[in-house]
Amino acid sequence: MRIDKRTGFGLTITTYLIAFLMFFPILWMVLTSFKTEADAFAFPPTLFFQPTLSNWQNALFDTNFTEFLVNTAIITLASTGVALLLGVPAAYALAYYPTKRTDFTLMWLISTRMLPPVGVIVPLFVIFRDLQLRDTHLGLIIIYTAMNLPLVIWMMRSFFLDVPYEILEAGRIDGVSLWQEFYYIVVRLVAPGLFATALLCTIFAWNEFFFAFNLTVTNAAPVSVYISSFKTAEGLFWAKMSAAATASVLPVVIAGWFAQRQLVKGLTMGAVK
Amino acid sequence: MSETLSLTTKRDQQNEATQATKRAHYSRRLLPIPALIFMVVVTQIPLLFTLGFSLERWNLLRPTRRGFVGLANYPAVLTNPSFVTIVLNTLFLTLNVVLITLALGMILALLLNRDFYGRNIVRTMLITPFLIMPTVSAVLWKNVLFNPAFGLLASLFAIFGLPRPDMLAHHPMVSVITIIVWQWTPFMMLILLAGLQSLDNEQLEAAQMDGASGWLVFRFLVLPHLQRYIELAVLMETLFILSVFGEIFVTTSGGPGIQTTNLSFGIYQEAFQRWDIGQASALSVYAIILANIVVLLFVRVLRRGQEKAVLA
Repeated sequence: MRIDKRTGFGLTITTYLIAFLMFFPILWMVLTSFKTEADAFAFPPTLFFQPTLSNWQNALFDTNFTEFLVNTAIITLASTGVALLLGVPAAYALAYYPTKRTDFTLMWLISTRMLPPVGVIVPLFVIFRDLQLRDTHLGLIIIYTAMNLPLVIWMMRSFFLDVPYEILEAGRIDGVSLWQEFYYIVVRLVAPGLFATALLCTIFAWNEFFFAFNLTVTNAAPVSVYISSFKTAEGLFWAKMSAAATASVLPVVIAGWFAQRQLVKGLTMGAVK
Repeated sequence: MSETLSLTTKRDQQNEATQATKRAHYSRRLLPIPALIFMVVVTQIPLLFTLGFSLERWNLLRPTRRGFVGLANYPAVLTNPSFVTIVLNTLFLTLNVVLITLALGMILALLLNRDFYGRNIVRTMLITPFLIMPTVSAVLWKNVLFNPAFGLLASLFAIFGLPRPDMLAHHPMVSVITIIVWQWTPFMMLILLAGLQSLDNEQLEAAQMDGASGWLVFRFLVLPHLQRYIELAVLMETLFILSVFGEIFVTTSGGPGIQTTNLSFGIYQEAFQRWDIGQASALSVYAIILANIVVLLFVRVLRRGQEKAVLA
C-alpha cells in the first residue's frame, strides 16, 4: 500500500512502541535476574544497577533446578523423537498413497489434538497409578508423543505434498526400494521441514504444564512444574525466580526464533503456509 | 471399441510393472498403522474410561464405596450451584481473550505488513510472549508486574501519586485475561500476517488507483480475503483457551472464591482436591462436548479450505 512518508514514519514508530511494550515484561524479567534481591525491590524501579550473576549461580546450582531441567530435556527429546519416528512414515504414506480412508484419518487425527486435556486427565491419572507410570519419564513421554503426533503427521504431510510429483515418479520407474525412496525424499528434500517440525514438537513438549503437573510428583517433574512452585514465594526471591524463569525459557525461545517461518504452518496443522 | 483395445494392450504391456507397484503400494499403505494404533490407545481408551467413570460413584478417599450409579452424576454436577458460574467464567474468559487478541493481532499484522527498518527484529520480539512457558508468564506477571506492594505496575502508579492497585485481588478476571491476551496476541498476529502476505498486491494497487480509501480497501478487499484465516485462528485459539489451566493455577488458583475458576480448573479441583472421580468425569464429559462443538466448526472450515485449494 502507498502511504505518504510522514504517516509511514508515524506507523513505524507506533510499531516500535507496541513491540517494545509487548516485549517489555520479558526484558524486565531478564534484567531482574541480574539484579541483587534488594535492587529487584527498589522503588522507584531501576534500570541502572550493578549487575550480578549470583542469582543465576543461586537458582541454577544451589537448588535442584538442574534435576527438573534434565527431566524436561529427557521428556522433550524422547517424545519428539518417538513422534517423528511414528509420524513421518505415516505422513509419507498419507501424502503419496492416499486411500478412501485418508481424509477421515486426517480429520480424526485433528480431533484428537483438539481433545481438551481435562477430558482424559482423570482416567490417565488412574491408569498411570495402576500401571505405575505416574511420576515417570516414560509416562509423560507417551502423553507428549500423542500430543505431538497429529502435528507431525499434518505438517510433514504438507511438506511431502510440496515435493514435485515428477521426482517421485522418476524414482518409482527406476524401481527404487521403499527405504531408498523414503530416505532420498525425507532426508534430501524435506529436511528443513523435518527440522521445523521437530522444533515445534520441542516447544510444545517443553512448555506443557497440565499433564506434567497432574501426572508427576518429584522424580519426573519438568521445569514447568518447578517454576509453578514460585506462585507462593511472593515477594521473596524475585531475582532468583527471574533467573530460573529465564533459564527455563531460553532454549525454546531460541528454537522458536529459528522456527518462526514455520511457526504458522505448525500452529495451524499445515493449513496456513 | 478401439479405445478398449488400446487400453487392453497398454495394460498387457504394463501388467508386470503394475503387479509390483501394487504390492509396493500395499506395503506403503501400512506405514501409518503404528502411529494410528498408538493414537487410538493413548487417546481413545482414556476417553472411554472417562465415560465409564462418569457412571460411577467413586471417591478415591472412600474407595470401598465405589459403585455404579448410572447417569446420576450428570444432573448432580449440573445442579451444583457453582457449575453455572464455572461455565460462564469459561465462556467469558474465552470470548474476551479471543476478541481482544483478534483486534490486537489484526492491528499488529497490519502494522507488520509494511516494509520498515528492523521489521524482522520487531516480529521476533512480538512473537516471544507466545514462546514463553505459561507458568513462567504467570509467575512473572503475578510477582514482578502485578505484586501490589513492589510490582512494576504498583510502582508506576505510586510514581504518579496514585494508590497502588492490587490487580489479582480486586480484578482477578481482568488480570487473568490480560496475561492470556499477552501470550496469545502473537498467535493471532502470525496467522493474520500470513493471510495478509498471501494477498495479491496488484489487486490492492488497482483498488487504490481507482481511488478507494484505506478503510474501503480494508473492508471490501482485505477483510474478505482474511476471512478464512480469521476463522482458523479464532477456532484454534478458542480450543486452547477453553482448556487454560497453568495461568489460573499459578495466579489466582481459581479465586477469590470461584471468580476465576474455569472448567479445567474446576475439574482439576473435583478430581485432585476432592478426589471425586465420578463427578470429575461427568464434568469432563461436559467439557468434551463443549470442545466438540468448536471442533465440528473447525473441521468444516478446514474442509472448505481444502476444497478451495483444490479448485484453485
